[in-house]
Amino acid sequence: MDPIAAKYIGAGLATIGMGGAAIGVGAIFGQFLSGALRNPSAADGQFGRAFIGAALAEGLGVFSFLVALLLLFVV
Amino acid sequence: MATGNAIDPIHQFIVAPLAQIRIGGIDASFTNASLFMVIVLLAATFLMIIGTAQKSIVPGRLQSAAEMAYEFVASTVRGTTGTEGMKFFPLVFSLFMFVLLSNLIGLIPYTFTVTSQIVVTFALAALVILTVIIYGVINHGTHFLHLFVPSGVAPALLPFIVLIEVISFVSRPISLSVRLFANMLAGHITLKVFGAFVALLLSAGGWAAISPLPLVGIVALTAFELLVAFLQAYVFAILTCVYLNDALHPGH
Repeated sequence: MDPIAAKYIGAGLATIGMGGAAIGVGAIFGQFLSGALRNPSAADGQFGRAFIGAALAEGLGVFSFLVALLLLFVV
Repeated sequence: MATGNAIDPIHQFIVAPLAQIRIGGIDASFTNASLFMVIVLLAATFLMIIGTAQKSIVPGRLQSAAEMAYEFVASTVRGTTGTEGMKFFPLVFSLFMFVLLSNLIGLIPYTFTVTSQIVVTFALAALVILTVIIYGVINHGTHFLHLFVPSGVAPALLPFIVLIEVISFVSRPISLSVRLFANMLAGHITLKVFGAFVALLLSAGGWAAISPLPLVGIVALTAFELLVAFLQAYVFAILTCVYLNDALHPGH
């Protein structure tokens, strides 16, 4: 296979990992919302924690984005 | 792309020197990135100095903005690290204001987004992690290493847990910087690509009739980017607090 083509295919495949991050972030905010609707008075106190969890889940997805960028511009 | 440079979505991130300065072979030119960093600093200074100059009981617009920013970051720091974390408040507040204002100023058309440069965000993340390591080692000595050894883990599992904790600690500056950089980069590229749709549709004969659709998309995306700009500044600040909390109380 042409190495340039393989590079672009690899970069495209790497971005599939972002989908995993999307599932993770969606799960976190979905659970947060369902918990917040059950007990609205406790929701404000856990707001920051929901964002920490979302940020950590997103951080792992960002690594796949990083792989795609490295494949496109560095390799 | 067909029409060349006019709709190149990467073009907006090019760092161009405005004034050439060379110090001992090192290129220290004053670039458009430096110009916008100065603008961001001036905006933050202006907001805080002018906003707190009056100190009226019923705050005006600028004073409420300054007070809200202060209260917001202060409650975040206090909630995450406790009252003893408040000695890091100036650091967290400066980081928050710098990231927030760079993100917001970058949303104005024809401006430069400082936080879309990985070198800027990595410098900020390295500052945070170095603060954590230096403060933790000075205040706790070897006890700081308990960060990597959680208590109450089965001995057979301990080597793997320590390995995972070390990897998670090492990847922190990378994820902290790349998260902010990637969000800003992706958002601005998306806006530019949608702008290119409008331009291409307008020059495509009968298809020009549907060119308002991507234009409406840009408006919605800009509103979304406004949310992302604030959210990423908040995430950067709260993760800084979480990491500083490790330096204040190592060993879970």
